[in-house]
Amino acid sequence: MQIVAKDLTYIYSEKSKSLAVRAVDGVTLTIDEGEFFGIVGRTGSGKSTFVQHLNGLIKVGKDKGSLKIGEFDLTDKDCDFMALRSKVGMVFQYPEAQLFAETVFDDVAFGLKNFYPELSPEETTERVKTALTLVGLNYEEVKEKSPFELSGGQKRRVAIAGVIVTRPEVLVLDEPAAGLDPVGKRDFIRLLKELHKTFVKTIIIVSHDMNLVSENCSRAVVFDKGKIALSGTPKEIFSDAKKVAELGLDLPVTAKLTNDLKDKGIIIDSDLTTDDFIQKYLRAVKDKGGAL
Amino acid sequence: MKEMTFGQYYPTNSPVHKMNASVKILLVIAYIVAVFMVDYYHFLGLLACLFAIVIATVIARVPFGRMLKSIKGVIFLVVFSAVLQVFFNKQGTPLWEGGFITDEGLLTAGFITMRIVLIVLGASLLTLTTSPVELADGIEFLLYPLKYIKFPVHEFALIMSIALRFIPTLLEETDRIIKAQKARGANFESGNIFKRAKALIPVLIPLLISSFRRADELADAMDARCYAGSKVRTKYKKTTFGLGDLFGLLFFAGLIVGVVYLNGFYLYPYLVA
Ligand SMILES: Nc1ncnc2c1ncn2[C@@H]1O[C@H](COP(=O)(O)OP(=O)(O)OP(=O)(O)O)[C@@H](O)[C@H]1O
Ligand SMILES: [Mg+2]
Repeated sequence: MQIVAKDLTYIYSEKSKSLAVRAVDGVTLTIDEGEFFGIVGRTGSGKSTFVQHLNGLIKVGKDKGSLKIGEFDLTDKDCDFMALRSKVGMVFQYPEAQLFAETVFDDVAFGLKNFYPELSPEETTERVKTALTLVGLNYEEVKEKSPFELSGGQKRRVAIAGVIVTRPEVLVLDEPAAGLDPVGKRDFIRLLKELHKTFVKTIIIVSHDMNLVSENCSRAVVFDKGKIALSGTPKEIFSDAKKVAELGLDLPVTAKLTNDLKDKGIIIDSDLTTDDFIQKYLRAVKDKGGAL
Repeated sequence: MKEMTFGQYYPTNSPVHKMNASVKILLVIAYIVAVFMVDYYHFLGLLACLFAIVIATVIARVPFGRMLKSIKGVIFLVVFSAVLQVFFNKQGTPLWEGGFITDEGLLTAGFITMRIVLIVLGASLLTLTTSPVELADGIEFLLYPLKYIKFPVHEFALIMSIALRFIPTLLEETDRIIKAQKARGANFESGNIFKRAKALIPVLIPLLISSFRRADELADAMDARCYAGSKVRTKYKKTTFGLGDLFGLLFFAGLIVGVVYLNGFYLYPYLVA
């Protein structure tokens, strides 16, 4: 499913003059099927507001632009939001806050039962099992446990299983790695990449971690005051260090190193992933006869 | 949900804002008493009360729009009681031959509407000009005498101010959880009342759990800063009694006297005469 937003605008408390906030301001953006898409920007720049449009949690207002996701026209009054939400999964920051059921099984099955009430118990069990296995949990071990007796990392996995259990084609994640330790973060990225190889065709991730973006995203946009300030591949976005700093962002480590080396007269033209950077760097070293 | 305005603090640093919170609470109580002291159909008394609250609002430099917004919250109550009076009050004379709407019904509806509106205006002027913390302090001070019958006044006030402090947080959290469950296909909008009540479980349980977690954290934070209850506590802000307070007391005392005086004038016969 391709996502096409045209001139999308959202204003909080629109009716009040003093409280009105233009959180999203004329955003035009196309995200193709199959992308691993990054959304970055300083705090309050409108990222969360934008992504909440993608499964109709925030409705597109009248004269506030248009938004199409595959077959779904979200500007249309008769848009089937239930069907849309089963196709576009949404993982919020601290998703473990959504856990509520008595057992892990029931919690993960919640979305499935909402979207597909006609599913047979065997099919439900099968899908829950698949989802829990995908997020790296042992189904037999956790299914009867209360979600509240799990560790923080496990809770988050259960919460994500509860979203992917409906096999969404688009998975939107709003700062999903917040509060994870480095190992947890690495595992989490690995999980996203695994999912990207399965039924999840498009991943859209909101993040403050530029390394995560440069390492994984095919394309990204930078939000600033509700508008798109920069867009392109990570390489394109992080090429202008000054502009990036103006937008309140950091550079990924690879971009910093590229700039430092450039000052020393060594030009490295990588796509800013660690692997590519190291390869290009080693080649540069070799070309100089190992004398750096 | 964040757009609720009833009782939001509106700081302008006016003389009314600087008044002692306990005094303001007492004055609002006095004002409400005055509104209730106005005899039925003695609209002049109500006008005096309206006059008083308008003056106070002007001095407080609170925009009238903000005051009127608070009425929105009780509009249902107002309309409901007015309609009830207009259609079901059988006393007095019908407005037309055989009609079911009586003059007394209309008068009562108008009177009750004004009364509710006036009370809401008074209460919201208090919350618009007094921060929640000051309010809690004011109530604590007023309840102080209850200490002698071993009522835990300080703890009570603390509970109140913590509750006030966490209302916005709770609303935000509710909003987030509702969104997360909606994204998982929860449906809060259709079905009969039992279905809808059941649909709230996935919201209420996470809310409860996060509230307990927050309470735990808050308790730890208070412990860490050596909070030890009422015995050893002093106030950061000393309450004072200033000129503004004295003026306020006189003003509302005048209002009560005025209302009693105006109760002597029954306007309606002159209106129809
Ligand atoms: N429920 C709301 N009511 C009113 N204003 C809001 C609400 N939610 C967000 N805003 C405002 O809209 C703007 C954009 O907020 P948003 O949450 O989309 O930013 P963000 O880019 O996700 O920030 P962060 O990185 O901190 O999550 C901010 O100015 C914020 O104050
Ligand atoms: Mg956000």
